[in-house]
Amino acid sequence: MNRDPDRHKIFTRRAAMLAGGKAVLLTALCGRLYYLQVVEADRYATLADENRINLRLLAPPRGRIIDRFGRPLAENQQNYRLQLVPEDVKGSEIEEVLAHVQKIVTLTESDRRRIVREVRRNRAFVPVTLKENLSWSEVARIEINAPDLPGLMIDVGRSRRYPYGPEAAHVLGYVAAVSEKDLDEDPLLKLPGFRVGRAGIEKVHDLDLRGTGGSSEVEVNAFGRMIRELSRREGQPGAEVMLTLDMGLQEYIAKRLGQESASVVVMDVRNGDVLAMVSNPSYDSNDFNRGLSSGEWQQLVNNERSPLINKSIAGVYSPGSTFKMMVLLAALEKGVISPDQKIHCSGEYELGDAKFHCWKRHGHGFVDAMEAITESCDVYFYEIAKRTGIDRIAATARKFGLDAPTGIDLPGEQGGLIPTRDWKRATRDEPWHQGETVIAGIGQGFVLLTPLQMALMTARLANGGRAITPHLTRAIGGNAGGPRQPSDVPSMNIPPGHLGIVTEAMDRVVNHPTGTARRSETGIEGFPMAGKTGTVQVRRISKLEREQGVRKNEDLPWKYRDHALFVGFAPVENPRYAISVVVEHGGGGSSTAAPIARDVLIEAYNRRSAGPGLPIAYDDRPRNGKSETADASSDGQAPTEVADRGEGGG
Amino acid sequence: MRSGLSTPELTLGRKLISINWLLILLISTVAAVGFAMLYSAAEGSLNPWAERQMLRFAFAVGVMIVVATVNIRIWLRYAYVLYFMALGLLVAVEVAGYVGMGAQRWLSLGFVNIQPSELMKIFLVLALARYYNASAIEDIGSITRLIVPIALIIAPTILILRQPDLGTAIMVAMTGGAVLFLAGVRLWKFALVGVGALAAAPIAWQFLHGYQKKRVLTFLNPENDPLGAGYHIIQSKIALGSGGLMGKGFMQGPQSHLHFLPEMQTDFIFTMLAEEFGLVGGLALIVLYALIVTYGIIIAIKSRNQFGRLVAGGVTTTFFLYVFINIAMVTGLIPVVGVPLPLVSYGGTVMLTLMIGFGLVIGVGVHRDVPVGRRGEAEGL
Repeated sequence: MNRDPDRHKIFTRRAAMLAGGKAVLLTALCGRLYYLQVVEADRYATLADENRINLRLLAPPRGRIIDRFGRPLAENQQNYRLQLVPEDVKGSEIEEVLAHVQKIVTLTESDRRRIVREVRRNRAFVPVTLKENLSWSEVARIEINAPDLPGLMIDVGRSRRYPYGPEAAHVLGYVAAVSEKDLDEDPLLKLPGFRVGRAGIEKVHDLDLRGTGGSSEVEVNAFGRMIRELSRREGQPGAEVMLTLDMGLQEYIAKRLGQESASVVVMDVRNGDVLAMVSNPSYDSNDFNRGLSSGEWQQLVNNERSPLINKSIAGVYSPGSTFKMMVLLAALEKGVISPDQKIHCSGEYELGDAKFHCWKRHGHGFVDAMEAITESCDVYFYEIAKRTGIDRIAATARKFGLDAPTGIDLPGEQGGLIPTRDWKRATRDEPWHQGETVIAGIGQGFVLLTPLQMALMTARLANGGRAITPHLTRAIGGNAGGPRQPSDVPSMNIPPGHLGIVTEAMDRVVNHPTGTARRSETGIEGFPMAGKTGTVQVRRISKLEREQGVRKNEDLPWKYRDHALFVGFAPVENPRYAISVVVEHGGGGSSTAAPIARDVLIEAYNRRSAGPGLPIAYDDRPRNGKSETADASSDGQAPTEVADRGEGGG
Repeated sequence: MRSGLSTPELTLGRKLISINWLLILLISTVAAVGFAMLYSAAEGSLNPWAERQMLRFAFAVGVMIVVATVNIRIWLRYAYVLYFMALGLLVAVEVAGYVGMGAQRWLSLGFVNIQPSELMKIFLVLALARYYNASAIEDIGSITRLIVPIALIIAPTILILRQPDLGTAIMVAMTGGAVLFLAGVRLWKFALVGVGALAAAPIAWQFLHGYQKKRVLTFLNPENDPLGAGYHIIQSKIALGSGGLMGKGFMQGPQSHLHFLPEMQTDFIFTMLAEEFGLVGGLALIVLYALIVTYGIIIAIKSRNQFGRLVAGGVTTTFFLYVFINIAMVTGLIPVVGVPLPLVSYGGTVMLTLMIGFGLVIGVGVHRDVPVGRRGEAEGL
């Protein structure tokens, strides 16, 4: 019934051609699908995973820092912060919400600007922090008002807290936000809000305290919103660092120092454990974590008592008379004097045209080695220093570790200065003068030490000449390090006889009626203290002033007063503690520094069973020859006119 | 003039019986695949897409059957009327249409928004079929006889280009070309038009809109702009590729469900299907489409009147173009031109257009023995 066979034939042919074309095109599509879904499937599967899987780092909790008895010195506390999820705030403007929030917590104008900016910049489901470190009452008020505050939530983070605040700030240091130059391959550093140790133990053991980050694989959608967690690898929490500090003692010292600008270091003479290291005044590590205002910062920087500097390791002072033990040991070793040999002190010592004064204006008369230390006779030491020579004195000082930083586990330690002929030629291009040796004999002139070095020197005298090294770290993550027993420590090969003379003299400084620190004996049976006072002038005394009468410290402005020093150890037999006390512009070594040392050591004695510390065997034998005299004669070292240098301040 | 013997009276009952129900089953199967994908796209919910799509399909099936039972001569009679009505609507869109997705495509009739360019795809086929139904075999070769059909094609193409909707314009032009091809226009004339089009391409480039140029450039190198214009195609390829041979499982396609894949309920629904059902699922759907196209061609060839043959051939080609352009686009073979996947993508106008088209194809099958004269009279010649 086909009425137009030609047209039909053409149509059929054309339709077949068209169908063939369609078949080719559909086959091409199938080929394309095969290529994408089979040949390239792996590549696209990887791309798809990269698309949807986000690796998120989990910050490990920072390790705690504890004292030798396990008291926490740095820990992590919950930090409550108020966050706003913009997408949950329905139908109201961000400013409206902030106005509402303002009634509950205070927000500064700059906070508000930052919040509005972050809300605009982020996607609507990204929480924006309104306020950090909420107080409990703020948290409570927000929770009570929660039904009226849609989109607001309280988030709990971790922040570093230092329970003791300023008392151990110089030792512990602080943590602060990561800066550009801290960035290394550790991805944790790129986490927002991550903190690294910036000073003190926090800095030294930063890697141990930090731990390693965990990770969480989360599935995200195209807008970055988290859908679910796919897998989680827990990180390694930071290791706990146990210090050698006894925080109770540390606290006591800080309280005892009060307003003084001072340093106290207490060390275990047997192993170098630093039991206390106080630098006063201090700062509060918590403030650094919180962030200081520029005003607060300026106040810290401009304070003339330098609260930011750890005076114990970074303050350098003329050791004054506390250096006399080194001079005596050097002289004995060189044989330029025997212990019994007496030298006459007239109150003055002449060397060429220069005249050197003893602190005792009319002199000590004939003194032997023991008396010279006990009464701190300057002329005796001028003479033996001259006989010994600066390089031999320096050699002895070097044995005691005074020529270089002690290597304590704290950043920023200074090394002090033990001068030699070579040193002067190398640094000043000038020959050494004998007058400089003479003045070094009483620990002034070029000689500079840190309070830690003074404590180390004393500890090495007290432990029979063993080269212990000071340290603050007792254990990291439970692994104790460092020598625990004196027998582990090499000897410095100082003849025991010489050491005996020096330590007996130091005993007499405190416990003999003629000693310069005779009013500072401990009064505890079996726990007597030995030591040496030092008073270092920080101003030049003119000839005129000397003739008219040297002005008393109390009459001088604070910063012209003398530095007061004391080094000591206790008990005298089988010593355990060594101490150095430096009070800047504190007046006299015997009037200011020695009583502090006595009180601190008594506290240490009272605390000897404060916790699971090292067992100590005290010598309980009652000591004789203790004087109860309260003779108030001048003690310590009065200003001396010196040839080239009178400044002793760090 | 009706001969009861040669052309038995087609009652409604007879027509319903002679409807190609197998084709309707195929169409419904593809539509059901669409429902499932829309259900998945909505995270396992009938809302907002699947349910509405089902209602539309049910309505469109009704329309299709009505169209199929209408006597083919009536369609021939109203072919030009319908064509010019659609052309008028295109002009109306130009004047009063509202802008959606950056292009003026929709005309609001108050209760329903219609897309005249979709209707034009069908009505152009009708108009051209009527034109060539009236042409004798000798006339087809004449150049002058090409003026009217080319004008019929060019007018809507230009109007649609101005909306601007490059994809539909190309489809309208190609559909028209297919009808001319089926009618027997000489091959060298197509070659001439092809060469001419290539020569005119640089000039046409100047007239393209910025976003159209960008789409073409993005197609040529999608990695140029991975987060901007190239994003769609890159994410689509990732979704397809990661689907692999067997797919991620129904409602398990992460690319789609995590919103990496844009417009997954409309233009990119094939990607989602291929991600969830893999190569196997993608090929199965293509086979279904190929079967529908084959049925269309068989119906066309079996028809005893030129009008019916051209209508069925043209509509089938339109349907094929939808399929090919969409899949080629989401697999990165051609630029993204915004053509939906027929029967599967969410959208009312396209669904209705396609079902009217299928109604016509089935109608051609039902009325394959109805004699249609050169002028649409019952008895030809």
